[in-house]
Amino acid sequence: MSPADRFAALPDLLSGDPDLRRRGRWLSVDCQVDIGPEPFFLSIRDGALVALDRGQRLMRSTAFTFRATDEAWTNHWKAVPEPGWHDLFALTKRGSASMEGDLRPLLQHLQYFKDLLALPRRQPVGA
Amino acid sequence: MAPKLDPVVGRYLRTEIDGVPHRLYFEEAGQGIPLVCLHTAGADNRQYRHLLADPEITRRFRVLAFDLPWHGKSTPPNGWERGEYRLTTESYTAAIRAFCHAMELDKPVVMGCSIGGRIVLNLAIAHAAEFRALIALEAADFQQPWYDTAWLHRPDVHGGEVCAGLVSGLIAPQSPPVHRHETLWMYMQSGPGVFKGDLYFYRIDGDLREKVKAIDTKVCPLYLLTGEYDFSCTPDDTLRTARQIPGVEVQIMKDVGHFPMSEHPAKFREYILPVLAKIAG
Repeated sequence: MSPADRFAALPDLLSGDPDLRRRGRWLSVDCQVDIGPEPFFLSIRDGALVALDRGQRLMRSTAFTFRATDEAWTNHWKAVPEPGWHDLFALTKRGSASMEGDLRPLLQHLQYFKDLLALPRRQPVGA
Repeated sequence: MAPKLDPVVGRYLRTEIDGVPHRLYFEEAGQGIPLVCLHTAGADNRQYRHLLADPEITRRFRVLAFDLPWHGKSTPPNGWERGEYRLTTESYTAAIRAFCHAMELDKPVVMGCSIGGRIVLNLAIAHAAEFRALIALEAADFQQPWYDTAWLHRPDVHGGEVCAGLVSGLIAPQSPPVHRHETLWMYMQSGPGVFKGDLYFYRIDGDLREKVKAIDTKVCPLYLLTGEYDFSCTPDDTLRTARQIPGVEVQIMKDVGHFPMSEHPAKFREYILPVLAKIAG
């Protein structure tokens, strides 16, 4: 199962985490997350993921983009990630990830996004 | 039933730092060799509560953990509202020496973490003869920044939540959730702009590259301990620093991040007890 395939399960993973949705209850934003070469477009409303569109969407406008390599996501989503792969900012510091755009919603809800983007960790590889 | 009390006492010390009156809050426990503990940026002395309550340590050490001015229950100086808080190498060093002097501590051991570790290196450079030993946790002569501190203090981003959100990644995944979240809770309670002001020292004013070569561990022993999950002060940063200091003792702690004493007290204990035993002789 590719990292992008694992990330495609995000709606189910978030649905199964009412506490994370509660913590994101003041957040509504459209953003982009690239899993290796593959873009995903997230529409978040009141902390819930109302749409996850996989693949290129021409002229889709989003607030910000977070992108990381397949290697970075694979390591980040290990059940117990190794040092240097365990946090989004560890990934950006090592040059395996980057962020751009209007980062305000990201920083306003930073722990929510960190936990959201770590959800595939809960899913066994190959599931 | 008798009340269950932690074996820790908290008090306020009146002293001047660089001629300015201060009221510093500190907690202490134990007897013997004074061991002064310095918290991380944007936090307070509660990070050391497990150390303060450890009889294996307090039977030989008088452990004292104080809140820097602006932090925890140490109030900022009069007139704080008229300026922007910025910690500097000079002001941080002055605060530590003022506390030790006012408390009449005889050659204390000082242990600091993160910015506290960095300033411990400066104590080793500039004031080594005043101390029995120095312990720098998560310390290096310099570290590459990994975010823009402008996000830490602005009206449209909650300061406490963004500070905690940023540093949460510095905690090792192995650290028990209860200790992870207590560590983050302290970050959520810092005053506006205090974490940012501390990082002025860390990032701009406190660059100790080249200067650490002047450290003489024969005057005062120096110990460096860094957690393997700390990507702010990485093990490589600490090892690079150690290579410039003959006689320094350095350890990389497994399954630990940037806040060893508060994020995983039991694991930290395995590493710090032998260091303290060596210092106590």
